[in-house]
Amino acid sequence: MKNFISIKGVGKHFGNFVAVDNVDLAIEKGELFSILGGSGCGKTTLLRMLAGFEVPTSGSIEIDGIDVTSQPPYERPVNMMFQSYAVFPHMSVEKNIEYGLRREKTAKKEIAKRVDEMLELVQLDDFRSRKPDQLSGGQRQRVALARALIKRPKVLLLDEPLAALDKKLRERTQFELMNIQDELGITFVVVTHDQEEAMTLSSRIAVMNNGKFEQIGTPKEIYEFPHNRFVAEFIGTINTFKGRVSAVNDEKTKVYSTEAGVTLTALGKQLVEEGQQIEVAVRPEKIFVSKDKPEDNGDVCLEGIVDDFGYLGNRSLYRIRLKSGKIVQVSSQNRRRSVTRFLTWEDRVWISWHPNSAVVLLD
Amino acid sequence: MNRQSRFIVSILAFGYAFLYVPLVLVVVYSFNDSRIATVWGGFSVRWYGELFRNEQILDAAFLSVRIALTSATIATVLGTMAGLALARFRRFKGRTLFSGMITSPMVMPEVITGLSLLLLFVALQQTTGWPGQRGFGTITIAHTTFAMAYVAVIVQSRLMSMDESLEEAAMDLGGHPLRVVFDITLPLIAPAMAAGWLLAFTLSLDDLVIASFVSGPGSNTLPMYIFSKVKLGVSPDINALATLIIGFVSIGVFAAWLITRRKTS
Amino acid sequence: MNWRRIAIAAPYLWLLVFFLAPFAIVLKISLADPVFGQPPYTQSVSLDSFAFLFTDKIYVITYLRSVLMAASATFLCLLLGFPMAYGIARSRPATRSLLLMLIILPFWTSFLLRVYAWMGLLNNYGTINTFLLWAGVIDQPIPFMYTDFAVFVGLVYSYLPFMILPLYASLERMDLDLVEAAQDLGASRSRAFWDVTWPLARPGVVAGCLLVFIPAIGEYVIPYLLGGPESLLIGRVLFDEFFVNLDWPLASAVAIILLLLLVIPIVLLQRYQARDQEGVA
Repeated sequence: MKNFISIKGVGKHFGNFVAVDNVDLAIEKGELFSILGGSGCGKTTLLRMLAGFEVPTSGSIEIDGIDVTSQPPYERPVNMMFQSYAVFPHMSVEKNIEYGLRREKTAKKEIAKRVDEMLELVQLDDFRSRKPDQLSGGQRQRVALARALIKRPKVLLLDEPLAALDKKLRERTQFELMNIQDELGITFVVVTHDQEEAMTLSSRIAVMNNGKFEQIGTPKEIYEFPHNRFVAEFIGTINTFKGRVSAVNDEKTKVYSTEAGVTLTALGKQLVEEGQQIEVAVRPEKIFVSKDKPEDNGDVCLEGIVDDFGYLGNRSLYRIRLKSGKIVQVSSQNRRRSVTRFLTWEDRVWISWHPNSAVVLLD
Repeated sequence: MNRQSRFIVSILAFGYAFLYVPLVLVVVYSFNDSRIATVWGGFSVRWYGELFRNEQILDAAFLSVRIALTSATIATVLGTMAGLALARFRRFKGRTLFSGMITSPMVMPEVITGLSLLLLFVALQQTTGWPGQRGFGTITIAHTTFAMAYVAVIVQSRLMSMDESLEEAAMDLGGHPLRVVFDITLPLIAPAMAAGWLLAFTLSLDDLVIASFVSGPGSNTLPMYIFSKVKLGVSPDINALATLIIGFVSIGVFAAWLITRRKTS
Repeated sequence: MNWRRIAIAAPYLWLLVFFLAPFAIVLKISLADPVFGQPPYTQSVSLDSFAFLFTDKIYVITYLRSVLMAASATFLCLLLGFPMAYGIARSRPATRSLLLMLIILPFWTSFLLRVYAWMGLLNNYGTINTFLLWAGVIDQPIPFMYTDFAVFVGLVYSYLPFMILPLYASLERMDLDLVEAAQDLGASRSRAFWDVTWPLARPGVVAGCLLVFIPAIGEYVIPYLLGGPESLLIGRVLFDEFFVNLDWPLASAVAIILLLLLVIPIVLLQRYQARDQEGVA
């Protein structure tokens, strides 16, 4: 299948500053693709190059087989929803939504029909003649969405689409966005710094750092099999153990870690050699904590004491100190209601995880 | 109420009295029947009548209004372009000189601006024959030059505080850059342009020094006429004129204040 | 992109012709010699006018007097303006907008007429003297008019709003919690003022002082209407050299020196304003 959006060797320099460093990316038709990264990682610059507001210093951008690298924004089959929503304050909801079609000189009747469709899609029928300052943040967001979608773009770009909304509204809007995307089949490219948002929304995620992609994959791949420390730590929390590779075969890597005090096993074919210094990582929720030593069933099992803990309602967090002084974070679901504490400070405990839960981090 | 705020309140009271007592007195004396302006001779509106029979004042006022309307309008057009260029066109040749020249007329002492423009007009006349006569044209040019600076600064700061993605959004939706200026930018900076125009208009009406330099014989603006009159001392019909101006401005400013207050609350 | 070029070129050309070129001409004429005729200057190049300015004591004294007068008027404006701006910034929002409007209002009335208003107050038969005589404080009118005192009052009166507005802007922006935090940490009321309020208001102080000082130094109307014949200030000297003595080269030289005097304050002010603009964005 031919790539719908194809970014080849694209770089953007501002003077000496490299915002986007020679990246390649292929996005398929109908995807909901997220570019995830911290502020200043280059994700917004990349999005602005897709929209046409910045011209790449090098490389090319193709959309649906057409090279758009130097096309101005007003000629691209791409529309954008801005972080600030950029709803025109001096125009009513209706005028905002129809703006793009009027620039295309679409027939009046057709405009009216499509505006009605859009108003229905974003449930703003009753607000069509309101001015933006009479709308809530969530309503403005939907005006911006309708305004961008009415032109039936090949690609919709969304810059931090939910950042301006409060938490409750954000969760609801997330699913609305996904439904709309599903219904219309338009390719969405979302830029966000919010890992949770990226995880729920996306079919695939590209994690960006310092103008480069650290990893591209499905949310599951990114979370469960992070390639490196940056990705592992950017998405969720993770425990890492420094160590030396003692044995490696097609399925497993064995790593001796002084921090853990034992040899750890991590799954998968890794591009490591014996003797190499690497890190083994385990997510806090993959670790079990118990007062008694568990039966030996092949799980990794370490002894420690409770350094600190916190109650979060649905789960509890524990910080377990190993003999080596290393602190391990454990997250455990509070399945049963209980008023008394299961564990308290300085309790002697055992932590364990299945060898499959650990991954090797390169670099 | 604590001690410091009592201190502040008394300073405020003194400050506002300092600012307004002279103006109030002018208003009061304008209704004084006596010819010696500061000796009370009973209530009268006769000076207002004299004001409107004084053709020199009316001519001067008419000239001033014509100059103010013209120069404020040209200054708004040029100043808006300049503000747009400074706020939205990131890099162009000679930008530093441009931004320096834009703000300089605001801080230049009037005598220097007036002198230099007059010398320019004289030099131009010698080399090109234009301007044959100094008056409406030369004063309008002079006023436009310093007023456009104010317009540019007002427009520029409005544009700086405006979300640039509004213009980008319009472009993203298919608006060509010039189209976007008319669809989005100008409607949104219209209040700033209006404020700039009003300021330019007032500055032009108010200017004495620059106009004195660049006007020729026979063309007196209102401030020039007033100046020639008050040089000789307090004069009751000028009190009446001042009262009209103060009244007019107060009503305007007060109305504007009421409107903005209602809008914000 | 043609329209962009027009948007830059139109104001640019205007300023080149009507702002920059005139200065070149002033410079050129300041280097000429005066003659009787039309135009009243030679095409020669000499520094005679400048030399004259520095040899004739009256000009040096006038420059110094102007600087001194402008500086003291600026100081008094600050002294009166700071507590006023502070009071306005700390008042309740409804009162604040009214007080602010009352500061701005005189801006829109005629500068000339506001100076004129003081003539009626200060002259021998004016309101102040009449009142003092009536109250029995004095038995002979005090000659306020046509003195340096009158010029000083006129300057402070006319330029006070220029001081208050930037001060207000920087004080209003200031977070009141900062002062409370300082007091919470043990600073006395006055300590908190000098440690927190004053440093944070400094940009406003600088802008306000420059906005008063720069125009005050070249002021023409106030010394002419309120000052006496002996209270010479540079703006008036320039005007008289040009129109009364018809010495164009000397008037131009006076302007050039005045401009040199003001270069540093003007550049300071522009830098401040540029920073302020960025602050907005």
